[in-house]
Amino acid sequence: MLKRTIYSLAIVALIAGCSSGTKLNETPVTDRSGTAGGQQGASTVAPVTIDPTAGTAQGPIGVERIVYFDYDSYTVKPEFQSLIDGHARFLKANPQRRVSIEGHTDERGGREYNLALGQKRSEAVRRALTLLGVSDSQIEAVSFGKEKPAVTGSGEEVWAQNRRAEIRYTR
Amino acid sequence: MLPALAQFRVEVSGVGLTQLPIALVPFKGQEGSPQKISDIVQADLERSGQFRGVDASGQALDEASRPDLSLWRQRTADSLVVGSVNRLADGRFDVRFRLWDVVKGQDLGGLSYTVPQGDLRLASHRIADYVYEKLTGEKGIFSTRIAYVTKGGSRYSLWVADADGENAQAALASPEPIISPCWSSNGQQLAYVSFESRKPVVYVHNVATGQRRLLANFKGSNSAPAWAPDGNSLAVTLSRDGGSQLFSIPASGGEPRRLTQSSSIDTEPVYSADGGTIYFVSDRGGAPQIYKMSAGGGNPTRVTFSGTYNISPSVSGDGRWLAYISRVGGAFKLHVMELATGNVSAITDTSADESPSFAPNSKLIVYATQLQGREALMTTTLDGKIKARLAGQAGDIREPDWGPFQKQ
Repeated sequence: MLKRTIYSLAIVALIAGCSSGTKLNETPVTDRSGTAGGQQGASTVAPVTIDPTAGTAQGPIGVERIVYFDYDSYTVKPEFQSLIDGHARFLKANPQRRVSIEGHTDERGGREYNLALGQKRSEAVRRALTLLGVSDSQIEAVSFGKEKPAVTGSGEEVWAQNRRAEIRYTR
Repeated sequence: MLPALAQFRVEVSGVGLTQLPIALVPFKGQEGSPQKISDIVQADLERSGQFRGVDASGQALDEASRPDLSLWRQRTADSLVVGSVNRLADGRFDVRFRLWDVVKGQDLGGLSYTVPQGDLRLASHRIADYVYEKLTGEKGIFSTRIAYVTKGGSRYSLWVADADGENAQAALASPEPIISPCWSSNGQQLAYVSFESRKPVVYVHNVATGQRRLLANFKGSNSAPAWAPDGNSLAVTLSRDGGSQLFSIPASGGEPRRLTQSSSIDTEPVYSADGGTIYFVSDRGGAPQIYKMSAGGGNPTRVTFSGTYNISPSVSGDGRWLAYISRVGGAFKLHVMELATGNVSAITDTSADESPSFAPNSKLIVYATQLQGREALMTTTLDGKIKARLAGQAGDIREPDWGPFQKQ
């Protein structure tokens, strides 16, 4: 009898809402647990798998398609002007063609902030193309931030190869 | 049934000043159970930094026992947890426990759970939550979940794991990067950025059903999703108008509303727990700093002042703390600011910290870092004194986001 009294007091002392379990007392346990959704369980996650997509179309023959940037810089250097010219000519001559300009950064710093920095690089290339008369509707400037380095590793030599914008023909 | 993935290892280091000594007797029947309930509860409690396990060997007790508390006083335990686990005829498990205050000689109550095998760890975490709340007065976070991303070879996976890192289940596998997972406040959906279409696009994904839908797929980059606490909308970073700017989008989809109007980078929005304020990163002052503004937009005010690179804000649920990453002499370090005073502490000795996220009880932070050249996830107390590594066995681990309290 003493045992029962102690248990009853303990039950009264339970903090409401602290758990979904059934409070232990002298009565049989009943199944009202929110976690007991049959064999499926409350912690189950349904997996989804994505397959590779998106091919790349051929751009102008003999024209490089990667613009490299200096550290902390988001302007297209003069040495890449002929590359820009080549793509601009091709896009103006082929108004049905489309490019995605993919900006990238080196590995230092946060993923989202680097995504925004890579966007500055792709938009610098986009502006360089539109200044030469390419229609904005042919260009999409996007960023991969630091997620897709061209070269893995660390050090200035590696980082310099990863600070880039790639011109990719989508059609 | 998925096997218990030994994907993580918990390593507690550091010394807390006041740790409650607690004895967890192996639950009656757990040697025949797929999960060792008392071990899971003990590891949870120790990882919080507020408990210290006391030797409980040689004792056979369960929730119906009347333990000899003088014995446990001799073993210097202040508290005692006893219980049992039994497989039922239908294959489910009945888990029961009772908590004793050894010092006062009081029964602090107990609960029972009837769960499928896949929820035995969840039941264990709920026991840890009960004990934690009874003995500290704060809600426990052990039954919450953490989302994170792994990269193995050229394969990216989005995982949902228990708060101790175990029981990891893949929600998404992709050949392209996945970043910035963010839990909805009801813990049912994850928003994240996927590059599966060769550009950053924001999805919303129901983790229990696997149903996913595009939230933001505008021209340019779409990134940095943050759920408003009411679940009705998300803040995102879009470049559709040129530059990276903050927008609000209804959770059901629809036209975004622009929140910032700057010619600089504005990104990484996070809502305060009351939904009234957005903290975000902007380089409008020339270098990335954390700012705040009204959730509807308006004039931002600067929050971080020391250093020239402060990013990735996370606000605690109680509104008292801001965690963020600050570059210090070329190293990226987790910092915590007390918002009322502006006092800042660096709480790690690592140099590539990323993506802090508060536990929903505001007592722990999970973050990504690099240890011995490998990506790893760590949890830490806000003073940095107790850290636990959630260490992956395969591939690099990154982008943790701590989910909300689970609906019970």
